[in-house]
Amino acid sequence: MPPHPSRLRRVAFSPAGRRASALWWVAALLFSVASAYAVEPDEMLKDPVLEARARAVTRELRCVVCQNQSVDDSDAPLARDIRVLVRERIQMGDSDAAARDFIVARYGAYVLLRPPLQGDTLVLWFGPGLFLVGGLVLAWFYVARLNRAGAAPAALSASEEDAVRRRIDEQAGT
Amino acid sequence: MKSRWLSTVPLFLLLALAVYFAFGLTQDPRTIHSVLIDKPLPAFDLPVFGQDGARITNEDLKGHVSLLNVLASWCVSCRAEHPLFVRLNDEKKVAIYGLAWKDKPDDLKQWLEELGNPYTRIADDASGRTAIDLGVTGAPETFVVDKRGRIRFKQVGVIDDFVWTQTLAPLVAKLEAEK
Repeated sequence: MPPHPSRLRRVAFSPAGRRASALWWVAALLFSVASAYAVEPDEMLKDPVLEARARAVTRELRCVVCQNQSVDDSDAPLARDIRVLVRERIQMGDSDAAARDFIVARYGAYVLLRPPLQGDTLVLWFGPGLFLVGGLVLAWFYVARLNRAGAAPAALSASEEDAVRRRIDEQAGT
Repeated sequence: MKSRWLSTVPLFLLLALAVYFAFGLTQDPRTIHSVLIDKPLPAFDLPVFGQDGARITNEDLKGHVSLLNVLASWCVSCRAEHPLFVRLNDEKKVAIYGLAWKDKPDDLKQWLEELGNPYTRIADDASGRTAIDLGVTGAPETFVVDKRGRIRFKQVGVIDDFVWTQTLAPLVAKLEAEK
């Protein structure tokens, strides 16, 4: 039986209801917190456009000390040095790509968090697709074989048919 | 029969993956292979530590085989490999240059007084820019530089007796034989 409307209204103001709405608030606050970055105020460029470009470049660079953080995220002193260096390059008029290539020339393509398409990353780029296609091909063969086996059972041979007919006749005779 | 052959395909795929992972997973992921191997030392012009006004450049490392060791007094592992450098220098095995990476002069001075100074000269990279040009990811790292000033090998981490006798000593001997 559904609760009476007056009872529903009471639920919203009951302790359980308040707890639920408090939870919503906590969740909302948690998700509203901006991610904390390691960039210190003294590193930032005065020009917000250049600063935004520098942030975008360093977010794509791997910190070579911590390796699974970006240069933008990392507190390592070397990451700071690279942040400052990228900002200098951008201030000197480097394009984003040129500033990124400056670091890649020193540390290799490994510092790019998005691996570029090149000889030693072919497996990384196409391996999953190959496995998917390979799996689909195997599955297709397998299913096709099942269908063949299920749809067309082999016809009985002449001697088998004789055996069946004899059996039926025997049964009919009893 | 065709279907029997087909059913072995997953097995071979698994074997191929196993070989791939056997190689891939046994590599140390912390070792980043240098892109500077066989390339000339990046240009630098730095003050010589402990010699007022003197400079050292990449040109100074041409004409002989040398080690360029990235060190810092704040680097604990550098302390571990230091006695070997002292011995190599005493025995005149190879010229060892230092690159003091973002170190405080007073700290480094005290460090060298305590442990000895096996370095032919130490370049003072206070800003850490030369270290970045060299693709340094941490200390200690050591570059083997040939007579023409090219980087031929990079050792990431401590050089101990094993690394020296197995890897570096033969390499230095080979490079000495080059023109």
